[in-house]
Amino acid sequence: MSMRTLPLLFINLGGEMLYILDQRLQAQNVPTEKTSKVMNDIICTLFSKPFMEELFKPQDMYSKRTQRAVLIRLAHSSIMRLNQASMDKLYDLMTMAFKYQVLLCPRPRDLLLVTFNHMDAIRAFVSDTPAILNQVEETYQQLIKVYTPLSDGEFQLLRQTLLMCFQDLQIRVSAFLKDKVQTCSGRFVLPLGGPVPCGSEVPGLIRYWEACRGQEVCHLFPSGGAYCGALPEGSFHMSGDRVITLGTNISVYSAAVPPSKPILALQMSIAPNLLAKEELTLLSHLLGSLENQDPDKTRTFYRVNLFTVDMEEEYGNCELSFQVLNIQAAKDQQAEEELARIVGEFTEKGEPSSSPRSKGDDLLTLMDELQ
Amino acid sequence: MNGEKSIQIKSSASALYNNLSVLRIAPRCLTYFTVVHANVVNMVSASWDGLNFSHRQLQSKEGNIAASSSLIMQASWCVLPSRELLVLTSQKGIQMYESDGSIMVYWHALDNPETPTVTLPKTQTFIERISSGSVLVFDIPSKGSNVMLSEVLEEHRDAVTDMASECSGSLEYMADLVTADDSGLLCVWKSGEDFQLLHKIPGFDVSCSSVKLWKGTVAAGYGTGQIRIYEAVTGIVHAEVNAHARWIYSLDIAPFSGLLLSGAEDSLVRVWHLTMNPDANSVEVEHLYSECITDTQICGAKFCDGDGYAFAVTGYDLSEIIRYTQA
Repeated sequence: MSMRTLPLLFINLGGEMLYILDQRLQAQNVPTEKTSKVMNDIICTLFSKPFMEELFKPQDMYSKRTQRAVLIRLAHSSIMRLNQASMDKLYDLMTMAFKYQVLLCPRPRDLLLVTFNHMDAIRAFVSDTPAILNQVEETYQQLIKVYTPLSDGEFQLLRQTLLMCFQDLQIRVSAFLKDKVQTCSGRFVLPLGGPVPCGSEVPGLIRYWEACRGQEVCHLFPSGGAYCGALPEGSFHMSGDRVITLGTNISVYSAAVPPSKPILALQMSIAPNLLAKEELTLLSHLLGSLENQDPDKTRTFYRVNLFTVDMEEEYGNCELSFQVLNIQAAKDQQAEEELARIVGEFTEKGEPSSSPRSKGDDLLTLMDELQ
Repeated sequence: MNGEKSIQIKSSASALYNNLSVLRIAPRCLTYFTVVHANVVNMVSASWDGLNFSHRQLQSKEGNIAASSSLIMQASWCVLPSRELLVLTSQKGIQMYESDGSIMVYWHALDNPETPTVTLPKTQTFIERISSGSVLVFDIPSKGSNVMLSEVLEEHRDAVTDMASECSGSLEYMADLVTADDSGLLCVWKSGEDFQLLHKIPGFDVSCSSVKLWKGTVAAGYGTGQIRIYEAVTGIVHAEVNAHARWIYSLDIAPFSGLLLSGAEDSLVRVWHLTMNPDANSVEVEHLYSECITDTQICGAKFCDGDGYAFAVTGYDLSEIIRYTQA
């Protein structure tokens, strides 16, 4: 499978995280300067040179556990502190949004345009902060350098690798349900119509050649859909009209609250992770570089409950099918201790904690959700 | 077509090209199906009366013992004159099993492979392709595990995506094998002591994900949603179909009837009919019907029998094999 998924995975998921946080923080009337600080800190961490360098190395996908740990740490690289419930919901929303974008991409290559849409929005968030803006611009250049030469087949492999990562994830998102982008069962709606991808033809025509008579015969057949002409090519440069709207900041997140329990959940039995040691080395490297971005350890922290109780909606009318999950995580004692050392520098109380016991608590919370 | 009772599988299908393999076992009135999910292969055997189903899961392995988390790229049956083998190809290597998946016959390690497999029944060999563009040819004994790598074909520069052997059963056609790659290049081969390259059909940088060879005719499915029909030995284009609105993932041909099946990411499965017209040196393509698997990107579509009386479909995130039979 593809060895080039990580930059796209983390930039797009990070981008979705920023859209959601921006929306929710504003909706909860958090002062603008605090919102900006949160956004700037997260963007600065995500686009830091060591972090990006690590991501851009050709390598296999991280395990879901590692991906989640990195994203949680990213969210907490700012002055914002999320409680467990908020973090879970944020993670679910981010993942489902990106899954939607990967699935609905007209061409596999358009995944890069989706990434540029996120990057364009991020650039706008930090346009007043030259130092961070510079990091973002460098990442654009790196993306162009690494990804534009890839063939369509390589992009499709990349897309298939990402789809494998999101396989069976069918958490219903209220905004997607309302916009009829997702069905009650959690599947995304695939429309049978609209413009065909750039480079494709509208289905419906059969042409064959009668060589001996030197003539071409054409027949039409019913395509079964309402397709129209191809989209123009979007811009793969530092800026320009991307054409594809997937990955732009849609306002879906204003009322977005996923139901409190996933309706269709994954069947996942996590076998003893043979790669755990290598992943932990990578993770420590990555998070080590994240920690270096945080010189001022005496900051006060801002606790946020992103999704308030009032906003939970009910979906009694939908026909639900439940699949009960058994998730068994192999307890890897060494892995737990190692992760405890690396992750969770800060507790929910918002104070930097130096006692090993509270680091373990943070880790256990993380590990508990795998149970 | 009628929808028949679909078969539940233990886990959903991954988004991989040609992610469904079907083996019909006439003497036992059974059909086997395999579908890949990450590092696991779901095998179902279905009795023809529709009453009995049995399931088995195979996991990718390293060496011949240790279970592995390495991802499986494809699982398919190779039908040879004297035996049938189930071949799994993963990131770490190739595993061959007896056809019911019960016993592993052979294991071959590879660096960074990516594969489909195909058989050439008359020569007792089967072939793997790997992502560097190489095609490996193995000799399979009629019994036992003495499998040997006999040749490596190096003609493709891009990753090979699919391969097909002549499926008409007739010996009159010169071309035995066609291989396709990510750039859309098709290579046509004749088997023998050594494989001989007969022709290269250029791809114009449009990835070919699925290919079939029938009566000396190549049917190829492309990322643009087009199907093209070529004469294998000369590369002459017989027909071009704007078949699907998204990337084609799977093609199949029913050799006794000339039915062609295509499945794509646009959620549609289409059935076509190919008519050979040697007097006019043409191949006519006719669209028969289409079925929509709502909100599902199709990743596997295969006929269940040589006449094309029934076919089966898999889709990404779908935990069932959907079947259709002629009304």
